[in-house]
Amino acid sequence: MNFLIALFCGLLFGAGLTVAQMVDPNKVLNFLDLAGTWDASLAFVMGGALVVYSLTYQFIIKKMKTPLCEKSFSLPTQKIVDKRLIIGSSLFGLGWGITGICPGPAIANLSSGNIKVVGFILAMTVGIVVAKKLSNNN
Amino acid sequence: MTEFTPYSALLGGILLGLSGFLLLFLNGRIAGITGIVANLFFNFSKKLTWQIYFLIGLVLGPLVVMPFGFNLPTDIDLGWPAIIIGGFLVGFGSRMGSGCTSGHGICGMGRFSPRSIIATISFMSAGIVTVFVIRHLLGV
Repeated sequence: MNFLIALFCGLLFGAGLTVAQMVDPNKVLNFLDLAGTWDASLAFVMGGALVVYSLTYQFIIKKMKTPLCEKSFSLPTQKIVDKRLIIGSSLFGLGWGITGICPGPAIANLSSGNIKVVGFILAMTVGIVVAKKLSNNN
Repeated sequence: MTEFTPYSALLGGILLGLSGFLLLFLNGRIAGITGIVANLFFNFSKKLTWQIYFLIGLVLGPLVVMPFGFNLPTDIDLGWPAIIIGGFLVGFGSRMGSGCTSGHGICGMGRFSPRSIIATISFMSAGIVTVFVIRHLLGV
């Protein structure tokens, strides 16, 4: 059951990214290009997602002791804002600004069969593995 | 230039929020794509996990909305150096910072997590500065 739920949520996520056109790198780059051909659309994507998520979190999730189909909630426990968080997020933003692609849209674009999408995902995977290895050594 | 599309953007955003809510409401999990991808490569149990099912859904999701006229881009207008360097930085940075646009930008911000708010401000600013430098200072 939990696997079917995850599959359905993945479908919904991929559908959402496509409807929002966040799968189009040009759309993302134009959103980030405040001084040029600015396209504010993605602010509406984030706005829509945040309204739904924050309201349901405040009024439904917070009142629940356990999720419906699982024994407990798996929420992040880290609370401290550290250098890793800021440097890591900034490096991610640098890559996002170069390409206009973040992890979700990269994977959602796979079915187009574009070789550059495959290349991006491979490079991204190497990045994830290297970051994980480095943090294990610390 | 891309066309300003507030309605489809809002609708798409609502679907993303709904996906994140359902995953938390039913399975108690955070819909953070970086974490989900990372799990694939550090899953040594060799069993099918919920993350694999989510990723299969994520790949198939665009096909569901294609009949309604929403399509994936047919051409990616980026050179190979940008793809490789950018892809690496996206993976490395989001893993180091424990999340990306989905995990921090939607799920974390939606829970008013201070870490996620700081992370989102960091990657948004870095993205804006990067695009400014590339497009307006270097003129690429």
